[in-house]
Amino acid sequence: MPKKTDAAAKSSTKANMPAFTKEEELHAYKEMLLIRRFEEKAGQMYGMGLIGGFCHLYIGQEAVVTGVHMASKKGDYSITGYRDHGHMLIVGLEPKAVMAELTGRKGGLSRGKGGSMHMFSSEERFYGGNGIVGAQVSLGTGLAFAAKYKEEDNVSLTYLGDGAANQGQVYESFNMAKLWSLPVVYIIENNKYAMGTSLERSAATTDLSQRGASFDIPGEQVDGMDVRMVRDAAERAIKHARDGKGPYILEMLTYRYRGHSMSDPAKYRSKDEVQSMRTERDPIEQVKARLLENDWATEDELKSIDKDVRAVVSEAADFATNDPEPDPDELYTDITVEV
Amino acid sequence: MPVEITMPALSPTMEEGTLSKWLVKEGDEVAAGDVIAEIETDKATMEVEAVDEGTIGKIVVEEGTQNVKVNSVIAVLLEEGESADDIDSDASQSKSQEQSSDDASAEKSDDGEAAQEQKDSEESGPSEEEKPSVPAQPAFNAEEDMEVPEGTEMVSTSVREALRDAMAEEMRADGDVFVMGEEVAEYQGAYKVTQGLLQEFGAKRVVDTPITEHGFAGLGVGAAFAGLKPIVEFMTFNFAMQAIDQIINSAAKTRYMSGGQMSSPIVFRGPNGPAARVGAQHSQDFSAWYAHVPGLIVVSPYTAADAKGLLKSAIRNPNPVVFLENELLYGQSFDVPKLDDWTVPLGKAKVVRKGADVTLVSHSMGMRYATEATEKLVESGIDVELIDLRTLRPLDMPTIVESVKKTGRCVTVEEGWPQGSIGSDIAARLMDEAFDYLDAPVARVTGKDVPLPYAANLEKLALPSTKEVIEAVNAVTYRQI
Repeated sequence: MPKKTDAAAKSSTKANMPAFTKEEELHAYKEMLLIRRFEEKAGQMYGMGLIGGFCHLYIGQEAVVTGVHMASKKGDYSITGYRDHGHMLIVGLEPKAVMAELTGRKGGLSRGKGGSMHMFSSEERFYGGNGIVGAQVSLGTGLAFAAKYKEEDNVSLTYLGDGAANQGQVYESFNMAKLWSLPVVYIIENNKYAMGTSLERSAATTDLSQRGASFDIPGEQVDGMDVRMVRDAAERAIKHARDGKGPYILEMLTYRYRGHSMSDPAKYRSKDEVQSMRTERDPIEQVKARLLENDWATEDELKSIDKDVRAVVSEAADFATNDPEPDPDELYTDITVEV
Repeated sequence: MPVEITMPALSPTMEEGTLSKWLVKEGDEVAAGDVIAEIETDKATMEVEAVDEGTIGKIVVEEGTQNVKVNSVIAVLLEEGESADDIDSDASQSKSQEQSSDDASAEKSDDGEAAQEQKDSEESGPSEEEKPSVPAQPAFNAEEDMEVPEGTEMVSTSVREALRDAMAEEMRADGDVFVMGEEVAEYQGAYKVTQGLLQEFGAKRVVDTPITEHGFAGLGVGAAFAGLKPIVEFMTFNFAMQAIDQIINSAAKTRYMSGGQMSSPIVFRGPNGPAARVGAQHSQDFSAWYAHVPGLIVVSPYTAADAKGLLKSAIRNPNPVVFLENELLYGQSFDVPKLDDWTVPLGKAKVVRKGADVTLVSHSMGMRYATEATEKLVESGIDVELIDLRTLRPLDMPTIVESVKKTGRCVTVEEGWPQGSIGSDIAARLMDEAFDYLDAPVARVTGKDVPLPYAANLEKLALPSTKEVIEAVNAVTYRQI
């Protein structure tokens, strides 16, 4: 079989399959691997008692933020719920600072006062990290309102889960977003379980991409395990929003390998289900296979990438372990802006 | 027998109105449902419909007459076979008439207003009972006021206009300020507070929302995160219960959770506390609720000058501000200094009257009871120091403590429930900060520990009263009555 060396040739092998260039595949690989290794380390550190409270890992869902980010541009807003580590890493926040926030240290992104679910960056226009299921949808709609008010060319990337999709304020927001034609893309990360309750057991209609139908918001279901499909759909959706046509819904069909949080044994699903996703659909393995198949990278080169990523994560973990806790004085700072 | 047509109460807070236009003249036949007149209330121009059929026998109040009291006779209707001679010459006798009910109920009931305040409740109360209309401006105020430069012209302004002026001035000064909420734009405000803003600033900056408190409160906070300065109007704070998650979990906490990176320069404003006869779900004082929350600034003014000056400060403040207004005060006029940029600092209580015997501390509508009680107590020889808190968070304890060091006694007055009240907190903090100065336990006058009842007599019993304030002062000063 002749080697496919360019994207166009590759896309012809499977009808309508959006293709990545070598650089894009490598970029996606590195980004997803960073999130994967970071989350694995966070899980370990939780087990060691270095991370407390709630810790919701993103393992399995890496393709979603990676593909969406590839379709966005600098200046676009993003906001999500509590499963937020991947969203922060993808917009370029320092792994050290994210990890140090997980351990509640001085050098954390929120100086140790936010924790796993509460990190923000004005600079990268990342608005959390929100612990109340669904709250980020109204907030994200407000980010889009501001973008439109300020006549910016930016969109709001508002992530929510399949659980949040049943919250009332989501529909209040859909209504206003469509009514006012706000530049917002709602990205529903459907990982099949709202904590322990499967979509089938919690949703009267399970095609979440159509949840905007009564507001005439277009939506589509996307293979959220394939970063190419994610980017392709995100490009359509973001263009729609950026062109002033209003909101768009993307339902990303994805899967989380771990439990809802570190304390969740995930007994509501079978080991086989998890295993088949891991072996057949893994977003990173998919990219890896294509890189190898196209001779865009060798096993050794990929190992070397993995090694670099592990080094970054390991450095972040060391920092987060050794950085001091916040000064006791920090207790009373940042409550209000002193005028 | 001729039927008297009386001035209808077309809003719960309406005590009088302008009879702007008659659409019928004497001798005209009318049928039930015919529009016979237009009346201007404190909220809007309303049509008055005939309830009975007949002939307009006499127009008692000419069109254009202002300040026509509710329930006064405005015309007399003759039924079949009657003539103008049948009209009782004493047509001014008040008589309850259901003329208004159809018009009133045609409005969205939630927009608020119910019957005239406490009007015909039983005289179950004491002789000191306040009249429905309490003098708004305490006579003993002026010389104490250090905030206004000497010689400043004062203009009588309603609280409603003062709030509107504050928003308009800040919107002129800063393009990032916008107002959103239910009926704020085309309807001109459910309580007319945003009147004229749409015309001046356009639909981009005066935004009518759907009835989705949770959603638009969150949207407002998101817009604030992104650098805008929203003023979110709740038609009443009762409806903000739907949105309290966004107010507290998103607006109040984000600065702290982000280690100071992010703030929410937003104002949530609207009427708070009991209105008049609107029942339990529309009558709640949330002062203590919001004052409990770190990260919020909570303001609750009484006078129009404070309403204006504090709202301007609130809009400029980079923190989330909960601005608790009072529907019954909207129509009340107070002197407002005529200055280009009148602001009142947040977090600063006002000593309204200096005195040596007892410290009375109140805010918002509670100031009405406290003010009237002060007048009576001063007459009877008690030298009251009266403090209007104005801001509930941060609470201006230094001003209260300084006063109590002088008087040794303190009575708090508020409309909210007793448990976990503003008064409870002041009492506890006075024990911390001024225990050795207290000559009597701190007394609290609050709303009663019940959902607000509808019946006029019960409602009156449930709310604090001037009499209760006087009794509390007598108790802490150990006076025999």
